Amino acid sequence: MPQTIPTDSVGLVKPQVHHFDEPLLLRSGAVLSSYDLVVETYGELNAARNNAVLICHALSGDHHAAGYHSLDDKKAGWWDSCIGPGKAIDTNLFYVVCLNNLGGCAGSTGPISINPETGKIYGPDFPIVTVRDWVNSQKRLMDRLGIEEWAAVVGGSLGGMQVLRWSISYPQCMRNAVVIAAAPKLSAQNIAFNEVARHSITRDPNFHKGHYLEHGTYPKQGLMLARMVGHITYLSDSAMSAKFGKSISDFESEGTNFGRDLRTGKLSFGFNADFEVESYLHYQGERFSENFDANTYLLMTKALDYFDPSVDYDGDLAKAFENSDCRFLIMSFSTDWRFPPERSREIVTKLLKAKRDVSYLEIAADQGHDAFLMPIPRYVNALSAYLQKVYEGLA
Amino acid sequence: MRPDLAIIQEWIKPGSRVLDLGCGDGRLLQYLQDNKDVRGIGLEIDPTNIESCLRNGVNVIEQNLDSGLSNFRSDSFDTVLLAQTLQALSKPDVLIDEMLRIGKNGIVTFPNFGNWKSRCYLWTKGRMPLSKFMPHQWYNTPNIHFCTVNDFDALCVARNIQILARTVVDSQHKGSWYMRAWPNFLGEIAIYHLTKNKGA
Repeated sequence: MPQTIPTDSVGLVKPQVHHFDEPLLLRSGAVLSSYDLVVETYGELNAARNNAVLICHALSGDHHAAGYHSLDDKKAGWWDSCIGPGKAIDTNLFYVVCLNNLGGCAGSTGPISINPETGKIYGPDFPIVTVRDWVNSQKRLMDRLGIEEWAAVVGGSLGGMQVLRWSISYPQCMRNAVVIAAAPKLSAQNIAFNEVARHSITRDPNFHKGHYLEHGTYPKQGLMLARMVGHITYLSDSAMSAKFGKSISDFESEGTNFGRDLRTGKLSFGFNADFEVESYLHYQGERFSENFDANTYLLMTKALDYFDPSVDYDGDLAKAFENSDCRFLIMSFSTDWRFPPERSREIVTKLLKAKRDVSYLEIAADQGHDAFLMPIPRYVNALSAYLQKVYEGLA
Repeated sequence: MRPDLAIIQEWIKPGSRVLDLGCGDGRLLQYLQDNKDVRGIGLEIDPTNIESCLRNGVNVIEQNLDSGLSNFRSDSFDTVLLAQTLQALSKPDVLIDEMLRIGKNGIVTFPNFGNWKSRCYLWTKGRMPLSKFMPHQWYNTPNIHFCTVNDFDALCVARNIQILARTVVDSQHKGSWYMRAWPNFLGEIAIYHLTKNKGA
């Protein structure tokens, strides 16, 4: 809990629910006849209605990107390091919009919502949603909010993929695309990790083919394991070493801990969690499993797997970008092995081929994929410098 | 504006696409964008310079020139610039070929090692020349491929590169008739405007 709200925080925020009755045709062919989107906004929309910035969330994110819901909150929103008055995404300048995507479990229509056609919880019957479907629903939200053009659409990881989709589907509706730690599509290895996560959830005896809520239970073990595997891919080897590895000098002086943090100072010679990294993963998995819906996790990983905007353009992403008149800022992190810098450079190469305006930064950072959520000075300063210029260009 | 950049910008057509290799803080591209309606992209590796480019509204890509330019398509730019960077490259000849593959024309500037001051320094002291302009010791200099105006002319002949224009200036970037008369002896900075010879 913050003793007092920091001055560079957006402060106490309240989510808004927007209901949509116009049916949304999904890429799969399924139709959502009506749906809710839960949204948070920070800052003020200016009179010209052109200072809006859309934030797209990643796999486990939601609409709560900055500030606090109450003074009892232990943590601020998931991207509070970058969103607030005077921060990189400056709420003194911009009207910042963040929503929970369809299929989510934080208030927008998803597997834990009631299906209006059956009167029951959707559960596993919630249709598969893709990045394109999310962007189409975000466009409707944009219309609802009376915004004609985003000053920028910004996102990291799966959020960055939504930004790419925006630049292809609605280039006339945005001036800038900021794509952080993303990829033009998943690698086979990425999909393999997602399949391990899905497998662990669907094989949990409490999964009940996705109808776990009706059985008054949930696949806690499966969700935990999914998150533990995911978490390993978000961190780099060096980030884990920094967090849990003793320095070489400690290793030499103590001689018993193999250079890694032991929880109790000695080995158990059993199958308990001997090392700090083990209990850390258990804790992360536990906490996540209590706050996230398993069906939503399955949906989000599928949205990742299916993302490939080149499919409509004979597999040529450069062709997809041909009408993307916005300016692009692409950023990657040196130790990210989930979506490493080479993947961002692929995007840059395709944008160059399409003769787009693009900037690219490769940030040296130890934190792996998670770096995009961290207050890394070079990264945050670059984002701030870019958006400052975006703001100046609005006049 | 730096006088060598003032000379360079004369050679760039309004409304053209420009790739600036080693663009620094993006000042030249910003000038070209604002005054000549140029669409530009800079390549740079220094983080401070990169941030300045973003602040100046200049497109900048973090990319090491020594890693090559294979991500750029042939003939995708009108002009490719290489200002005061040639001597720091590991394969300057390859990069010049690449410049003229990617751009319809190229502009190269470099410090002329054949300048009389360098010659005198080497002649009298017998050691690698040091100056305000070239302040590094031989063992820690980023400048690993010095050349003279005559060397560069020879490279252009060998690679079938046409010299559209050539000028030399002193370290204050000023030119004169006598420098133009004896460029390899009097010029301190050489400025070339290049293109591929037809049939090259």
